[in-house]
Amino acid sequence: MAKKAYADFMAQAYTMELEATERYAQFAEQLDTHNNREVADMFRKLSQIEALHAKRILEEMGWPSLPALPAAFAWDEGEGPESAPLDAIHYLMQPYHALQLALQCEQRAQKHFERIAGSRAPKKVRAAAAEMAGEEREHVRLIEAWLARVPQPTADWDEDPDPPRMSE
Amino acid sequence: MNEPAAAALVAKDFKSDYKPIWCPGCGDYSVLSSITKALAILELRPENVAVVSGIGCSSRIPAYTTCYGFHGVHGRSLAAATGLKVARPDITVLVASGDGDGYSIGGNHFLHACRRNVDLTYIVMDNHVYGMTKGQASPTTEPDWDSKLAPGGSGVREFHPLVIALASGANFVARAFSGDPNGTAAILVEAVRHPGFSFVEILSPCVTFRPDQRSWKERAHPAPVAPTDDPARAARRIMTDDGFNIGVLYKGNRKPYRGSVPATGTVAGLGRRFELRGG
Repeated sequence: MAKKAYADFMAQAYTMELEATERYAQFAEQLDTHNNREVADMFRKLSQIEALHAKRILEEMGWPSLPALPAAFAWDEGEGPESAPLDAIHYLMQPYHALQLALQCEQRAQKHFERIAGSRAPKKVRAAAAEMAGEEREHVRLIEAWLARVPQPTADWDEDPDPPRMSE
Repeated sequence: MNEPAAAALVAKDFKSDYKPIWCPGCGDYSVLSSITKALAILELRPENVAVVSGIGCSSRIPAYTTCYGFHGVHGRSLAAATGLKVARPDITVLVASGDGDGYSIGGNHFLHACRRNVDLTYIVMDNHVYGMTKGQASPTTEPDWDSKLAPGGSGVREFHPLVIALASGANFVARAFSGDPNGTAAILVEAVRHPGFSFVEILSPCVTFRPDQRSWKERAHPAPVAPTDDPARAARRIMTDDGFNIGVLYKGNRKPYRGSVPATGTVAGLGRRFELRGG
């Protein structure tokens, strides 16, 4: 029973990382289309980082590299806690905005794992959740440090005298 | 000797290398992701699936998949898809459309596709606006939606696609929300598996021309009751809900229409039937 709960928890964690990987990759594509290469590259990097996390879970569990889709989970908010909302991006966004988004995702992931670590789940699940919460805390710290190194946008960052789409 | 079993495919195997050119934040990105997830869950292979579309933002989807695709004439996706499914019943046919392409330009095809009940899955990405042509009111736009192109609103009552689908004979009716890609994928899986004409209306915000639709994520909620096979009950529920009930709402038992023309064995054989003869 506890073994199954642990496998389910790890599958859920894997799904969360995979969904975050896909979302950042989607964002990179969207900003490539708008020639915002700097932020597109940043999202690609974030996607690669999440993919590494997902891969590590597979390795830990000894699951094949291309597994069948894990069992579907019904997330409380429709999407995994580490997935940035689809409508959160802007074609003129700057690295600062991208990192702010990533920071919020990591914070949500940290809270998610902390909640499980403090729940009545089997001991092995709680221990794994606590470990993952610790990792997410470290990611939060890294992103905060990264954020401190990028310039803050000016108030008119989204002003465009000739926007690509507008009602005529 | 038996052929080795093909490896199971994952969602990304159904996504092509073409980069979507929707606006950043468009709900259609999420719908594309749900479609590819659903095809992986269904254990289909790209060569056994066709995605047919008309014109509009949502109709770009065939190019973004690795399946067979047909990007057809405005509003006529269902006509092309019906022909394809009747000729090749072995292929899984998905049809992608939007509220303009599907309910206005293709409105009449919509009615008769529901009535015919061919085994298709019709996915309509509804954002209540013509996005590609820069924000005109569509058949599902609220009458009081104020915009530069319709100051004070169009004043025209909106179309109710789910009730119309039901009244016209659709065998499966569901509403999904692009903000829940996994839930949408699950609904699409059910829609494809259900025999006959399956209609899935996906609320897919247009964040460019309808930024107010960002609030849909707060409004969408799971349907509180299980689907029914009673069309009258389903109609009453759909007519009285808040428009944000998400889930399968109706699953009927009508026998799908399979056509009366015997399937032609080869492409050459099909070509011979269209040969012009005479002196």
